[in-house]
Amino acid sequence: MFAVENGLQGDPRLQAISDAIRVIPHFPKTGIMFQDITTLLLDPVAFKHVVDIFVDRYKHMNISLVAGVEARGFIFGPPIALAIGAKFIPLRKPGKLPGRVISEEYELEYGNDRLEMSVEAVKSHERALVIDDLVATGGTLSASINLLERAGAEVVECACVVGLPKFKGHCKLKGKPLYVLVEPSQLDEVTF
Amino acid sequence: SLPKSLNKRESERKTADFFIFRSSLTMSGNKQEEDPRINGIKTKIRVVPDFPKKGIMFQDITTVLLDPKAFKDTIDLFVERYRDKNISVVAGIEARGFLFGPPIALAIGAKFVPLRKPKKLPGETIFEEYELEYGNDRLEMHVGAVEAGDRALVVDDLIATGGTLCAAINLLERVGAEVVECACVIELPELKGRQRLKGKPLCMLVEYR
Repeated sequence: MFAVENGLQGDPRLQAISDAIRVIPHFPKTGIMFQDITTLLLDPVAFKHVVDIFVDRYKHMNISLVAGVEARGFIFGPPIALAIGAKFIPLRKPGKLPGRVISEEYELEYGNDRLEMSVEAVKSHERALVIDDLVATGGTLSASINLLERAGAEVVECACVVGLPKFKGHCKLKGKPLYVLVEPSQLDEVTF
Repeated sequence: SLPKSLNKRESERKTADFFIFRSSLTMSGNKQEEDPRINGIKTKIRVVPDFPKKGIMFQDITTVLLDPKAFKDTIDLFVERYRDKNISVVAGIEARGFLFGPPIALAIGAKFVPLRKPKKLPGETIFEEYELEYGNDRLEMHVGAVEAGDRALVVDDLIATGGTLCAAINLLERVGAEVVECACVIELPELKGRQRLKGKPLCMLVEYR
């Protein structure tokens, strides 16, 4: 579900966020219109809008844990976690986290990748939010949901700044709701 | 309170090129009381032996992130230090610098710029090489993200040899920014990274010997 479908229709912050995202054509390969959120991070007002919208949504949902997907989920997750008083858990590429970890495989276009989580970080029945910058296939978010559920947490929602239009309506990922701020930006919008 | 060995070194030091947080944030006087929040942060850092390889005592800050108060205190300490220093850009080093840099940037109204491993940034980039134990690596920054005259803070979770931070300073200076300070949660002082910061001051919260 998109923010405009859920109470934020006409909210000027959403346009500011969308305008601040840069499109890089054919990255990492031909045909992909890459949604570059680094330009959003260069706009402190727009960046704050992203955090504020997510915080407003989640602060009364009793979320005790925000899990962010490496690496861009590390940029959006912690400010939200800090504001709502939740802990932050990084979900990382293999071999980066010390200590005991569990891992989950997920599919890429060619081949697989793995996401790891520290097994001691999660308590049973914790209410969790998963955050990443963008959702496309949903593979990474699904792997994240699996990791958290395997550790006993309840995933309340997945949240992304950008999402493909197919996630409108009540689209769910592994039965979990998905909340997205904006659709992908088009070319000939912002440059530096 | 600070360990005795550190107090002795500090009194011998001719120029104070690093800062340890004190409850009053002033440099005057001999009284060196640590901000009470520091101990709470220190006790949350998990040391993992032999990771990623034998002989390394890995400083795991993910356990600080699991404690909302300790994480908030970490950010607050840096924000209190930098909010009146006219910092226009916070540069965070991938990946753990991304955990601390953005909350600081948001609180002080600065831009956040990610400094990344090669080929992650989608736009036009400049890069700086730095040495690893075996071989080299590169740090990249988007062209145009930082402008001449920007006052920059560089953030990472930990400073060891200082190689990565030095590369970050170089990237920022090459585009005409002024690096005001480097900020790390943890310092490994025996690796002398502080001396590799091109004269830039280092602010850290916890040291590990």
